[in-house]
Amino acid sequence: MAEPVKEWTTDYDIFSREYIRDPFPIWDTVRETCPVAHTDRWGGSFMPTRYEDLFNIAKDIEHFSSRNVLVADVMPTPEQIEREQNMAEEDQELIQQYNVGAPPITSDPPVHTWARKLLLPPFSVTTVAKYEAETRELCNELIDKFINEGRADGAVDYAQQIPPRVIASILGINKDDADTFTGWVRGFLELGLTDPELREQSARSIFEFMVGEVQQRKEQPGDDLISYLLAQKVDGEPVPEPHIVGTCFLTLVAGIDTTWSSIGSAIWHLAQHPEHRKQIIEEPGLIDNAVEELLRAYSPVTMARYVASDTEYAGCPIPEGSKVLMNFPAANRDPRVFDDPDVVDLHRAKNPHIAFGVGIHRCAGSNLARMEMKVSIQEWLKRIPDYGLEDPDAVTWAGGQVRGPRKMGVVFPS
Amino acid sequence: MTVKKVRVDSEKCQGHNRCYAMAPGMFQVDEYGYATPRGEGILASEADLELARRAVENCPERAIEVVEDEG
Repeated sequence: MAEPVKEWTTDYDIFSREYIRDPFPIWDTVRETCPVAHTDRWGGSFMPTRYEDLFNIAKDIEHFSSRNVLVADVMPTPEQIEREQNMAEEDQELIQQYNVGAPPITSDPPVHTWARKLLLPPFSVTTVAKYEAETRELCNELIDKFINEGRADGAVDYAQQIPPRVIASILGINKDDADTFTGWVRGFLELGLTDPELREQSARSIFEFMVGEVQQRKEQPGDDLISYLLAQKVDGEPVPEPHIVGTCFLTLVAGIDTTWSSIGSAIWHLAQHPEHRKQIIEEPGLIDNAVEELLRAYSPVTMARYVASDTEYAGCPIPEGSKVLMNFPAANRDPRVFDDPDVVDLHRAKNPHIAFGVGIHRCAGSNLARMEMKVSIQEWLKRIPDYGLEDPDAVTWAGGQVRGPRKMGVVFPS
Repeated sequence: MTVKKVRVDSEKCQGHNRCYAMAPGMFQVDEYGYATPRGEGILASEADLELARRAVENCPERAIEVVEDEG
């Protein structure tokens, strides 16, 4: 276990138990006393917490690159280095060729520009709407399994089950493998953030799986994202296959943990706020605003940036090679922008939250995430309008770069 | 006579779809999510003006503005 944190402004630890359980007072302290904090932990990073700072840094893509968006650097193990050194030359080349990251989240312009243009139409409001009916059906199937029990785990039995199946449907991959995908994605993005070996293993599993799916789609195209990407042209040329594999990797990784965390936080919040359940049930038109407010108050995602050249921000020198932890969740509770930021107000009128980031890396899946949140909240409240937490202290959270409940017993009249 | 109009700065818009979600009669989005005002963006009523101001306040990219235009 790491040393406990005494000073959050100079020694924060986003993987500490305290930060994961209740980061809000920590953000308040940092925001008001040292708005761009620093730590040497986990390879070292800077952490802005004020809205205006997040806005400015996200826009300065020249200095703050996206080539590495995870904060804790993972070094290859000696075994991996040795294995790769002993590989046949052509295998080494193949690995090099596929070493494209997860475009466009890990890209800077100019690659980012075309990579993003490629990915946005399949996640437009109109395209995403096509998945709404099946998402509703899925939510109801999940609820059917526990509605007569009088209790359920809102995270494990519900929130966690939705995004992997919707993403599987979009990619045209087998929905029965959803639990496997969830395991890989948690291994990569959640547990793997502090466990390099697990992260590497999980990445490799996803990668190999996607290579296989792409090959299969080349032979038998379908009505899915992989087939769509294979059919696209950039400057008259087909998209390189390694790029497609990287983008599919991103879609799976970014589309599961994040949205499931948001759905889970929404279910957690509503469990404790009967007045908000009542508002959503009685005013169906409120749902979009409610989703935005829940996204603001419980933003799950903190991406990182890599400092591409020496720079300074607000008088603070930031050397090349540093990491910057983009604390969008803390920005979304900045009282300079949001009135009573710690109060969840489903009718909030002014809410320019940046839960999906801001600037050129605005989350490409934001329309999908919103649809899944809306539908999962609506269907839950239709079937289970009255419920509460079984034991508030027993709820466990994942933290670090994606925050949401992981175990959340809820009880309701059966 | 001046008229009030709503404008979207296409350099700033990143396709969050917030304006379109709250005022689909006032904004349209393309397949990338980039928004433009419908028609000339003329705000003919107080209610339109109110809605446009709300879109301004909720745009994370600060891409929307209400301007006075010579009619």
